Amino acid sequence: MSSAKTRQNIAFFILGLATLVVVVPIIFTIIYVTIKGIGAVNWEFLTAEPRDGMKEGGIFPAIVGTIALVIGTMFFSLPLGVLAAIYLVEYAKDNFFTRLIKLCVVNLSGVPSIVYGLFGFGLFVLLLNLGKSIIAGSLTLAIMSLPVIITATKEALETVPASFREISLSLGATKWQTIRNCVLPYAVPGILTGTVLSLSRAAGETAPILFTVVCFWMSYLPQSAFDQAMALPYHLYTIATQVPNIPSKIIFGTAFVLIAIVFLMNLVSIIIRAHFRKKKLW
Amino acid sequence: MFKKIREFIIESCIRLSGLLVILFVILIFLLLLKESLSLFGVYPIKDFLFGTKWLPVSEPPKFGIIPLVLGSIFVTIGAIIICVPLGVATAMFIAEVAPPTLKHILKSLVEILASIPSVVLGFIGIVWLGPFLKETFHLNTGMCGLTGSLLLAFMALPTIISISEDAITGVPKSYREAAFGLGATRWQTLWRILLPAASSGIMASIMLGIGRVIGETMVVLMVTGNSPILPHSILQPLRTLTATIAGEMGETVSGSDHYLALFATGLILFIITFIINFIAEVYLQRTRK
Repeated sequence: MSSAKTRQNIAFFILGLATLVVVVPIIFTIIYVTIKGIGAVNWEFLTAEPRDGMKEGGIFPAIVGTIALVIGTMFFSLPLGVLAAIYLVEYAKDNFFTRLIKLCVVNLSGVPSIVYGLFGFGLFVLLLNLGKSIIAGSLTLAIMSLPVIITATKEALETVPASFREISLSLGATKWQTIRNCVLPYAVPGILTGTVLSLSRAAGETAPILFTVVCFWMSYLPQSAFDQAMALPYHLYTIATQVPNIPSKIIFGTAFVLIAIVFLMNLVSIIIRAHFRKKKLW
Repeated sequence: MFKKIREFIIESCIRLSGLLVILFVILIFLLLLKESLSLFGVYPIKDFLFGTKWLPVSEPPKFGIIPLVLGSIFVTIGAIIICVPLGVATAMFIAEVAPPTLKHILKSLVEILASIPSVVLGFIGIVWLGPFLKETFHLNTGMCGLTGSLLLAFMALPTIISISEDAITGVPKSYREAAFGLGATRWQTLWRILLPAASSGIMASIMLGIGRVIGETMVVLMVTGNSPILPHSILQPLRTLTATIAGEMGETVSGSDHYLALFATGLILFIITFIINFIAEVYLQRTRK
């Protein structure tokens, strides 16, 4: 018996060691970027344009570009994703068409981001003649974000008890009135959590926007959705690999701001989840 | 009457959205296929699939994707060897060993890892991991397959950990109780009962992890050295399918053979990840039953 106990202690020790090997680099990465980057961040860095071949100044246009892309992505992917999920949960019968949609959602979530980039470039930039623009990039990122939003919305809708629907229908409400008034309001937290999470991912992506939006440097801020834009992840990529002699403080500062934005969005989604969980009625 | 019309319009929109999801997948496939077929009209498909030289700007150009496929395979195998044992062990620790508070902290850390943008990890690879590996293993360059494998392993960990952990936690309570009732220790229960019972979920997590690794672009573009030659070892610079598309698309003229070859490369990637995700889905379905 004691040998079994010893074996358990050894095994759990090894599992704990493996966990440590996973966790330490995560903490290291965050601390490393924060310590090296936070010193560069000040008001000027956040609100000024890059100057002197990116060697001085700030990253304001890149922040603006990323925010524009996130808003554009939400504009396209939120309605489409929510409606598709409503279809799957509330309307679809268990037939071939439904199974095909589910398979396509799974497949979309596995398509590599660079293939989305190729697709967006081929379809939106060239074929639909939108050019390299915020709108082409937003559409590309929106299709990439769809699977996460659909899955989150689907799960949120499925947790709303069937009795809510039955009561509403029995009172003479139409199917859409039922969904609109008795199902969707209770699914909002789940939908929001999933949406914010998928948008935080879109904000950090580089490959899908490489050929669809970004430019290396612009002397003006984008004026409309049909303009090109700078974006934070791409900006970090270029100053880290393409341009020589950029002060490391600026590169780390950019990396820090990018991580901070993504974490902030994640935090928002966690707060939404926690806030609504407390108020849950059933 | 008005109510009926409104109902009809909304239902149509909902149905249309479902249809659009299918349409996007088909559109992606068709677009890649169309450009690939244009390439195979001027460049033999055999030379594309089995050619061992990728020289897109030489005269005449050569578009053999074997070096790129091997680059992807080398980096992926390296990443999998690292992340599968680590990921599954961590999942076991989180699911069965860690006390509740620690469990919560560990899960949050894994979520944080999942949210770090790949370009930031690529940057860490350039400024820290690459030079570190070069010093430690006396390599010619730190920008090589191994650096890519390590970072990709790191990126695949959240997928493997969270899905494996779900699978282990999801094993019915009665399994555990029966094992304890027979006098098994917690470790014996975990190793001989829970792990086999959760095996399809764990397999699914590994497949999804592999899919993530093969499709990842920015990290490999930044740290693997970008040399599209036949790789012999993971310790030398190489280039993957994804990095080739990302690195070369900007330089091509749209409609040129080079441009078409990059779409054909995208098609290969699309097919590979489609198969991997399909296998993962089959394993996941088995778990749900």
